[in-house]
Amino acid sequence: MHRLLENRNFLGFAFMLPAGVLLLLFLTYPLGLGTWLGFTDAKVGRSGEWIGLDNYIYLWGDAVARLSVFNTFFYTVVASVIKFALGLWLAILLNQNIPIKSFVRAAVLLPFIVPTALSAIAFWWIYDAQFSIISWTLVKLGWIDTYIDFLGQPWAARLSTIAANIWRGVPFVAICLLAGLQTISPSLYEAASIDGATPSQQFWYVTLPLLTPIIAVVMTFSVLFTFTDFQLIYVLTRGGPLNATHLMATLSFQRAISGGGLGEGAALATAMIPFLLAAILFSYFGLQRRAWQQGGGDK
Amino acid sequence: MSNIDRRNFLKMSAGLAAGAATGDALAASHKGAAPMARLKPEKGAKLRMLRWKRFVAGDEELWMANTKKFTEKTGIEVRVDSENWEDVRPKAAVAANIGSGPDIIISTYEDAHQYPDKLVDVTDVANYLGAKYGGWYDASVAYGTAHGKGKKWIALPMGCAGNAMVYRESMVKAAGFSSFPKDTDGFLKLMQALHAKGTPGGFALGNATGDGNVWCHWLLWSHGGKMVDEKNNVVINSPETIKALEYARALYQTFIPGTLSWLDPNNNKAFLDSQISVTCNGISVYYAAKNATDPKVKALADDIQHANMPIGPIGRPTELNLVFPMMIFKYSKYPNAAKEYLRFMMEKEQYIPWQTAANGYVTQPLAAYESNPMWTDDPKNTPYRDAMKIMIPNGYAGEMGYASAACMADFIVVNMVAEAASGSKSPKEAAERAEKRAQRYYKV
Repeated sequence: MHRLLENRNFLGFAFMLPAGVLLLLFLTYPLGLGTWLGFTDAKVGRSGEWIGLDNYIYLWGDAVARLSVFNTFFYTVVASVIKFALGLWLAILLNQNIPIKSFVRAAVLLPFIVPTALSAIAFWWIYDAQFSIISWTLVKLGWIDTYIDFLGQPWAARLSTIAANIWRGVPFVAICLLAGLQTISPSLYEAASIDGATPSQQFWYVTLPLLTPIIAVVMTFSVLFTFTDFQLIYVLTRGGPLNATHLMATLSFQRAISGGGLGEGAALATAMIPFLLAAILFSYFGLQRRAWQQGGGDK
Repeated sequence: MSNIDRRNFLKMSAGLAAGAATGDALAASHKGAAPMARLKPEKGAKLRMLRWKRFVAGDEELWMANTKKFTEKTGIEVRVDSENWEDVRPKAAVAANIGSGPDIIISTYEDAHQYPDKLVDVTDVANYLGAKYGGWYDASVAYGTAHGKGKKWIALPMGCAGNAMVYRESMVKAAGFSSFPKDTDGFLKLMQALHAKGTPGGFALGNATGDGNVWCHWLLWSHGGKMVDEKNNVVINSPETIKALEYARALYQTFIPGTLSWLDPNNNKAFLDSQISVTCNGISVYYAAKNATDPKVKALADDIQHANMPIGPIGRPTELNLVFPMMIFKYSKYPNAAKEYLRFMMEKEQYIPWQTAANGYVTQPLAAYESNPMWTDDPKNTPYRDAMKIMIPNGYAGEMGYASAACMADFIVVNMVAEAASGSKSPKEAAERAEKRAQRYYKV
């Protein structure tokens, strides 16, 4: 016993054990169970039997499921790109010397602090077909005659939900990138300006390369959050109109819990995993390349 | 009924109920009442119940008051939890699945048919209540008994949240109609006239679990369309469905803009703000207006009227209403106490004051309660009285079960109607898509 306690390997293992058990219990087990359920025809209230790929084959042929895959991609790509652009821009602005800096920085975080369900309800009023504050203002100003149908037309609804997601997600990106910006040593900028680099050159050859590791991490998280978004859609549209805003996550819930088709819902949720893994791998093996970080291209 | 009256009534009925507990005096005094061997609640029984969160305040007040009465009488504590109605269904499903949770769950629609073997047989209580209170309606039997066959009861229907046309009398009159049309043709004409007058109606076409499903199923059934036949074969892609969808297309032209995005609360909000003249809803809009603190909204109450859903080409009522099954789960350690509690709550002395306080939000499942004076004291309540008597159950014309529940949860009918109504798909395409989606669920 005494010798065991002296053993570094054993001690290391022993100290990691609690964390390992927690991970196994609360992470691996549900994930494994979900994946397994996806291969069964489990229904709520009765356990299923192994049916192989049947759920996936059905989902592939199901127009609504396919639409949800498209919606999820569209939602993720558009929202993430805009969140990144706005977030970076905001971070650079916040990194300048502006009056009441800490107050502004704190204020920027507000949309992120508000619980999603709450902000979704606020957006629900903003987008309401009858009570929308935007429509009301524009009508009072005489710019439009009829209320804008934010959530009633498929494309308008997609863009409206994306806008709400961006509003929520920008602070996270901005604050993380701001932290990254502050780790860049001022002496690099001094050296650059001595070499005669213009501000845009400074941005492209100093700021951006040094920021890529942070960008990789932040955008990975941002993409993951967006891809798996649920609450916003659930409160705003329930996936409507005509299933135009159903994401894989919301459709999976609708099929598995409301509809009782645990197996099918689990399959749809499991189908998200490869896409998520791809996003993670891309950021780790792509964005974290040293060559890029040093301002070079691929050899 | 004023508050003081209600209290007196409660006291009175408490006395009566106490009398009933000592013997079967009350039961025996009712003609034809089947005597029920009084169930002995288990020693030290404690109950936990989960129900949907009230839509009208009076419901919760009296439900809790009745529950308190039960506890005082029997010493059995009952903890009542309530959740948003849409969350009860998944919770009930999980409880059934893992075999632990509240002893009693009051859920919605065909839940009892999704896991019948997990539920306590309540045939004795159901037979007793049925015999004592004028019999269960057909829909009650369909929802309450295994396979709807009327033999083994797996749930006691609490009743249903009735739906009806809620309209503004002044606006309908201004559109040239002295009364609300009784058939679908007349209804379309009314909607067109209202639209022309600038006071359109509106019905939810978004993924609105309650309102969307209710009115879209009425529309489909009124024209003879149905998801499945008696043998559970999917027959949604039929000429009758196409007719219903063409009707929906014509009707949609008269709607207020934005109904494709409407979820459950939208029509209530728009109606109370005088933006729409007609919608389909429970009695809760009227209740909200009557009890509003805003004088403008309160004034609406006088102008609100109700009418039963119009009858379509098939010539009989085709309403779908939100039924609330009360289920006792087999994992409960106190099934007898749970049965006693439900019996107690369904007895006249508790049910009538509760129903009255809820202003008829829940329509009775037992014929005798039709005579509750609240249905006729205010004639505006009357259309809701027959909700459970005339309704068509979920999964019509087939059996209720997993497939019917899944089809509704997946909004197959609502999506079909919305696609055809908005013109994004032709009626034929919309019906074909619905057929394909439904076949998957009915294959099992």
